[in-house]
Amino acid sequence: MLRKICHPLAVLMAGLLAGTPALANPFETTLENGLKVIVKEDRRAPSVVHMLWYGVGSMDEPEGVSGIAHMLEHMMFKGTEKIAPGEFNKRVAAVGGRDNAFTSRDYTAYFQQIPPEHLGEMMMLEADRMANLKITAELFRPEVEVVKEERRLRTDDNPRALVFEQLMATAFQAHPYRRPVIGWMPDIAAYTVDDAIDWHKRWYAPGNARLVVVGDVDHQQVFELAREHYGQIPASAFDRARIADEPPQRGPRHTIVKAPAELPYIALAWHVPTLRDVHNDREAYALEVLAAVLSGYDGARLPRRLVREDQVAVSASASYDGAGRGPSLFILSGTPAPGRTVADVEAALRAEFERIRESGIGEDELKRVRTQAIAAQVYKRDSLMGQAMEIGYLESTGFSWRDDAAMLEGLRSVTAEEVRAVALRYFDDATLTRAELQPLPLENTPAGQSPVAQRN
Amino acid sequence: MTLIALVKRSRRSLFSALFATALAAASTTTLAGPRIEHWTLESGTRVYFVESRALPMLDVQIDFAGGSAHEPPDKAGLASLTRSLLDIGTEGMNEQEISDAVADTGARFGGGADNDRSSLSVRTLSSAAERDAAIALAARLVAAPTFPAEVLERERGRGIAGLREALTRPATLAARRFNSAIYGDHPYSRTTTVESLQGISRDDLVAFHRTHFNAGSATVTVVGDASRDDADAIARALTRALPVGTAPTALPAPQLPARSTERIPHPSAQAHIAVGMPVLSRDDPDYYPLLVGNYVLGGGGFVSRLTREVREQRGFAYSVYSNFQPLQVAGPFQIGLQTRGSQATAALAVVDEVLRGFIAEGPSEAELSAARDNFINGFGLRLDSNRNILEYVAMIGFYRLPLDWLDAYPGHIAEVTAEQVRDAFVRRVKPEHLVTVIAGGDGDTAPTAAGASN
Repeated sequence: MLRKICHPLAVLMAGLLAGTPALANPFETTLENGLKVIVKEDRRAPSVVHMLWYGVGSMDEPEGVSGIAHMLEHMMFKGTEKIAPGEFNKRVAAVGGRDNAFTSRDYTAYFQQIPPEHLGEMMMLEADRMANLKITAELFRPEVEVVKEERRLRTDDNPRALVFEQLMATAFQAHPYRRPVIGWMPDIAAYTVDDAIDWHKRWYAPGNARLVVVGDVDHQQVFELAREHYGQIPASAFDRARIADEPPQRGPRHTIVKAPAELPYIALAWHVPTLRDVHNDREAYALEVLAAVLSGYDGARLPRRLVREDQVAVSASASYDGAGRGPSLFILSGTPAPGRTVADVEAALRAEFERIRESGIGEDELKRVRTQAIAAQVYKRDSLMGQAMEIGYLESTGFSWRDDAAMLEGLRSVTAEEVRAVALRYFDDATLTRAELQPLPLENTPAGQSPVAQRN
Repeated sequence: MTLIALVKRSRRSLFSALFATALAAASTTTLAGPRIEHWTLESGTRVYFVESRALPMLDVQIDFAGGSAHEPPDKAGLASLTRSLLDIGTEGMNEQEISDAVADTGARFGGGADNDRSSLSVRTLSSAAERDAAIALAARLVAAPTFPAEVLERERGRGIAGLREALTRPATLAARRFNSAIYGDHPYSRTTTVESLQGISRDDLVAFHRTHFNAGSATVTVVGDASRDDADAIARALTRALPVGTAPTALPAPQLPARSTERIPHPSAQAHIAVGMPVLSRDDPDYYPLLVGNYVLGGGGFVSRLTREVREQRGFAYSVYSNFQPLQVAGPFQIGLQTRGSQATAALAVVDEVLRGFIAEGPSEAELSAARDNFINGFGLRLDSNRNILEYVAMIGFYRLPLDWLDAYPGHIAEVTAEQVRDAFVRRVKPEHLVTVIAGGDGDTAPTAAGASN
């Protein structure tokens, strides 16, 4: 029907996996002060993403100041000795760029997307706030209120978010993953200016950061710019706090959240292995394939059986966060269809699991997961931001950007027997945490239909 | 600063609350958009094509003039339901076979329905086997959906459950009430309810599909690793089995609402606030002054007046913004924010003061020049992926904007003066037409933090 064109899938695959010369890109160097610099040239458009990733996240926080990593992220936009508050955003906007930042359990990252000729200015600004951030009480107090509003928006008024917050707090009792990234509200209310200043002083050092630049640039020029702007910051030693290991769980746990909602919701979480050695941790890849076989597309096992065929749920999914700095959970979750209960959904989720334990999975399912993974490898190259995110994520969670190919190969080579083996091995009730949303009815008449109206 | 990632505001969709389905460059240093090739098929389908060979992939979108504004008044939700049920059955394939077939090609199907259009997008590898399979499948879904009654009932049930869930959220309550209040009886006011979903029959779906999914009003946009001949073949394949059809009747301009304030009770910690009115059409003569002005008012993120006054100075909100959503006829202008219930009145007073001040005085020369700099210098960044280019080109095609719309854009921005901005806001954003909706916040009984209201 259509004219044949180049790029047969097989050729593409070989290129991706065999390390052709194209894979000299990205390029990497490390400055004398310890800052690692990774540059990926992508010259399709006059655009570049500049990201600085600090190897510190909420898991590094001490008791009582949960969320301080995120709070500091907000304060990073409040000025330095030479840059006035708000000036950072203004200068990025003036060159046509956009900028923002994000905090996770494992890392904190800052980014700007700008025309390439302004990369040096971005480095100047980013290096300046690494070394010379100024935090004043006058700017700190209102920003604490902003963060409280952020918590209300994301978590307190969001029943699903509350369920996941409680799920983590219950599944983990020693490891800091038990605390929410945004922090508990009483901790946020108790922050002092010094908490933020200390956090910055302790963690914001070149040796704890990775610079990722992706876009219309020449890597040698980027290395030179990085030396010029970041190279001046002296190296500083920093102690990584010892992170508590999670002791083994000895029996099922259960937590309930009551919040205004229409439908209940259930999430089941088990402790499972995390990917550490990209060449040998076969179980992590098998768990990733297991999650994909369960809910990787709208015809996968959970949506097919629970939503389409048995109609016990209006949604059902599986997830596995297998590549973080800390330990991993494998989570099954679902929302009962009207008239059905969380017990019905839990039974159906478990039944689908039993099926895999007994009969394994099909070659067609495996092949589909591989096809998706390979296609995703191509699609992700359309986004500069996506490419920078992947490099930064790998580098900040104990891997290298070079592990990308090994990870794809690890996923592709998973066998049906390996998937069945992890399903048999890791999903015992002794390591299960169950989190449930029990809806509180809204007392008001169906809102949205008869609001109280005032004219003025 | 975001905790996770910025959440893109989604297009209005029946299932958006609970069941958000996966919705899924060549540019030079001079300010020019991508080279768009355009032609029209015998059936009337307009084709738009941008060749980009850098990656072995292809993005395709087909748009129909079949948005929610074209629903019968008592069938709110019909457009969204029709679009979302294209993949529950087609001649010769059931929903499982369709899901598996999509997954087996490695393609990603997306799209949805908004006020004006219904869209299906396909991202596929450009290798012939995968591409041809993905396009052939998309063509079958678009041309011959069977809407099997049993699956329809299940999906209707899921839709109603999702809607009921959404109606427990103050954000949804505010958005729905705001939309109904600013549009009155206009087709843009269509608001899906449990009753309207229950009233949609299979015949309604079939009729809506037959009327609106036609070749004559379709646009097909192709961006990526393909030749013009490939793009032509793709457009023909996607539309071959569609009737030529007729264009839908033109939408009237909405009547402007009377000023009002409405409060919706909800036990949430935060009040969700929306302030606005219908303003901007796609071909509006005030398009550029309003766009540039909005950047200064509340569109420019951290450099906007609203963010400075509401968030930075007072700590009243995490997110506060203003935007114009240009549609076929006057789309909404909206200021939005969320703040703890006990300070909603104080925050609204600040919003009101900022808006009044901006309308009265317009931007300063410094603000105007900062806004123009951002639009013009950032032009290339907004076109730096096939995905971004597809969105712009599909929009240009659907709304029949000039083919050089992107090329002319920086020039239009550069010409905007402070007086034009002030004049456009005075004429178009009128206090006597502004609707305010405040939903929730009743759960916040604590006193406002000291020092936060300086």
